[in-house]
Amino acid sequence: MSDATPTPTATPERPQLPAQSPPVDPAETAVAGNKAGSGGKLSWWRGDGGDGAKRNLGLIGVLAALIVVGAITKPDLYGDPNWVWNNVLAILQLASVVGVVTVGMTFVIIGGGIDLSVGAIVALAGVWCTTVATQSYGAGGMIFAALAVGICVGLVNGVLISYGRLVPFIATLAMLVAARGLAASISNKQTQVSSSTFINDIAARKVIGIPILVYILGAVVLAGWVVLNRTTFGRRTIAVGGNPEAARLAGINVRRHTMLLYALSGLCCGIAAIMLTSQATSAQAAMANLYELDAIAAAIIGGTLLSGGRGTIVGSLLGVIIFATITNLFAINGLSIEAQNMVKGGIIVAAVLVQQFQFKSVTRLLARNRVTTAT
Amino acid sequence: MALPEDDPATASAEAVAEAPLVEAPADTVAGEVVLRLTDLVKTFPGVRALDGVQLEVRAGEVHCLLGQNGAGKSTLIKVLAGVHQPDSGQVEWRGEPATFANPQAAMKAGIATIYQELDLVEDLSVAENAFLGHEYRSFGFVRRGRMARHTRQILSRLGHGEIPPGRMVRSLPAAGKQIVSMARALSHEARLIIMDEPSAVLAHDEVGNLFRIIRELTAQGIAVIYISHRLEEIREIGDRVTVLKDGRTTAANLPARDTPTRDLVSRMTGRTIEYVFPDRPTDDSAGADLLQVEGLTRTGEFADVSLNVRAGEIVGIAGLVGSGRSELLETIYGARLPEAGTVQMDGKVLRPGVGAAVRAGMGMAPEERKSQALLLGEPIYRNVTLATFGRYARLGFTNAAKERAEADRIAETLELRPRDVDRPVRTLSGGNQQKVVVGRWLLGGTKLLLLDEPTRGVDVGARAELYQVIRALAAQGVGVLLVSSEVPEVLGLADRVLVMREGRVVREAAAGELDENTVLDLVMAGSLMEGAPA
Ligand SMILES: Nc1ncnc2c1ncn2[C@@H]1O[C@H](COP(=O)(O)OP(=O)(O)OP(=O)(O)O)[C@@H](O)[C@H]1O
Ligand SMILES: [Mg+2]
Repeated sequence: MSDATPTPTATPERPQLPAQSPPVDPAETAVAGNKAGSGGKLSWWRGDGGDGAKRNLGLIGVLAALIVVGAITKPDLYGDPNWVWNNVLAILQLASVVGVVTVGMTFVIIGGGIDLSVGAIVALAGVWCTTVATQSYGAGGMIFAALAVGICVGLVNGVLISYGRLVPFIATLAMLVAARGLAASISNKQTQVSSSTFINDIAARKVIGIPILVYILGAVVLAGWVVLNRTTFGRRTIAVGGNPEAARLAGINVRRHTMLLYALSGLCCGIAAIMLTSQATSAQAAMANLYELDAIAAAIIGGTLLSGGRGTIVGSLLGVIIFATITNLFAINGLSIEAQNMVKGGIIVAAVLVQQFQFKSVTRLLARNRVTTAT
Repeated sequence: MALPEDDPATASAEAVAEAPLVEAPADTVAGEVVLRLTDLVKTFPGVRALDGVQLEVRAGEVHCLLGQNGAGKSTLIKVLAGVHQPDSGQVEWRGEPATFANPQAAMKAGIATIYQELDLVEDLSVAENAFLGHEYRSFGFVRRGRMARHTRQILSRLGHGEIPPGRMVRSLPAAGKQIVSMARALSHEARLIIMDEPSAVLAHDEVGNLFRIIRELTAQGIAVIYISHRLEEIREIGDRVTVLKDGRTTAANLPARDTPTRDLVSRMTGRTIEYVFPDRPTDDSAGADLLQVEGLTRTGEFADVSLNVRAGEIVGIAGLVGSGRSELLETIYGARLPEAGTVQMDGKVLRPGVGAAVRAGMGMAPEERKSQALLLGEPIYRNVTLATFGRYARLGFTNAAKERAEADRIAETLELRPRDVDRPVRTLSGGNQQKVVVGRWLLGGTKLLLLDEPTRGVDVGARAELYQVIRALAAQGVGVLLVSSEVPEVLGLADRVLVMREGRVVREAAAGELDENTVLDLVMAGSLMEGAPA
């Protein structure tokens, strides 16, 4: 699945598209259509992050369509409200771990970076918090260990990228390999069982009929939304990703902020590690495999621009839920995981194509350049 | 991929060197009406950018478009260039109704455009940019050698033979990019060349070059549409003037030389503007030294620069583009590291980095608004408060209401059009975007303002307002260090003037002791490529 990496726009370095915008300022026209609503010649789904709400409506439409497909294929199941409610909870629970990782990923991408090491950090944090030594400190010690490992590894990413000037793609790719390696050597390639009932109960229990994992997802999403939209940290993130030079000249410490973004992503991975360990009541070096792809894909279909500067938490959440719904749909219909991955790939491509419509004129220009650059 | 410099089969076609700069098509008739627009309308959501424009352009004339920021000039030329489609109205091109579905169609018809915002591909070379979309080709291969030669020829006609055609555009200074953008328009066979504020980034002598070329073009019967906010340029080069106000033609085909300035201004703005600089304070009110720069040096950019700015004083730096002015400003601001020398604020040596400078009370409006200053997709108010949102925040939570109010105050003072601070900055006209960049530092709380070409693209009315605001800030004790290519602006606004040439301060005097010609003589003898990163 690794070659399903999201499309050409997934360039690690920030694509320079906006900088070389041609006379036809593409986004200009996009915004025009977007604000025009019904009157514009462009339709609502080309809306940008600034008007993320409209885009999110589109995602909710996709979600509704998936539910309709489910209702058509399994009318008997969908006729039972009890089953439907439980299925919704199942989907949310399925989405919860990747959802938490995706919130961190969304920040990193809006800030103009990418974090390929999230799955590996989850694994390392999970393994670290379930060693015999850590478990001897009890549940508190385990939680602390997972969060601390996540933050520290994220900080290493951040320092390498912002002060070591490594390209985010390279730095986090290296971290992906290294963190999984470290996890394997710590765990001796064994599955480490968690003996803490407190930890194991997190995934097993419900409060007022809703799984605790779903509450955790809700809390992380809410916190992410508040931080992105209402705090100076969020504002800096958008500035740093949207135009780093402008941010720097406005007195924002771009490097420190970039570093903090990766630490934030690491923190989310630490939280996810506890959730995942709790679900499996164990941890191993191979856990959270390919989460980076799921998280990046969810952020992209949620409308986060890979070139940075634009994106929404709600969009990312919807992206994760759409993926979880697809998985669920295939499961209740007893279809293979291969077919499921193909559909997911198709959805990613479609989402990115929609994004690229905004850059249509740029693409046209670049297509012309290709003649020159090819020689 | 190594290619032969030239394809031998067509090597005979090397007569480029003798060809005229731009070839007018053979059937060009001087004086005939090439372009006529009637009742052109173009709306953007919430804005009628063009609301019934009439325009008539004849072969061989320089037709000037005048109008305030946001009047619709750029929108008009984008319609002509095939970038925008008009909502209604007729475009008549050489006697026949025409629609230009895209920029290529307009180019094919013989309309070449120099856009207000640079439209170059930064990672291509100068020659590749100049011939983008109409490369010399044979058998499917691009003929780089021929393109490079032709580009070099155009560049030297533009007075910039020193810009290497193989150089990446990214590494050129702003004015260099403008020259390349002009070279691109001149590489077409065209009947009409549109220039949207080409002189905004150019220094005095380069405007002279530009005018020489425009005269060559019109002598061949090529029509030129010329946009500028500088009336003296329009008087010098223009034949006829059409004035736009709020998307409407308020006057058409006025004689460029003889129409009184008062008339032009009142047709543009609907009122009269005393285009004067604010009075300087009569007594020497400037306070203690605010900024002290000692022996600042960066090899290839500037050397051994010492200067000071006192509280309440406006210090102007005159010099050509490439004389090291912008680099000096950025170094003082901590955005570049000096190789030698110190920068002191209030007697304390600043640590390197922008952060320290901002904390010490500095603010800088940089030279290039798009790449250095703006978040184009973000609302106006967030751009205005980009440097100050932390100040209005409490416990890390931003205060959007306060930010909007502050931004709106600035929008009102600088006559931002439209005034709606929630619009994305990219929907603003060029001059209005510039007001946002400068406005960012006028919010208060700044002790020293570093302004790099603050009035680039700003119309006469707003310019006068901006001067008033800057003077008013100085009266409150703010120090200002101003860089401008427009010598009258430096002389009119500043209390004290430093003249820079080739990275050195060659003269320092009170503004009253200098006149424009003296400054121009001191400033001359520089070239664009000096000071550009190697
Ligand atoms: N893509 C767009 N979306 C929405 N509004 C736009 C867009 N482009 C231009 N406008 C609006 O149209 C009006 C005319 O803009 P235009 O760029 O033509 O002004 P201008 O005369 O060139 O001004 P300047 O002297 O500042 O360059 C402005 O009010 C501007 O805000
Ligand atoms: Mg304009």
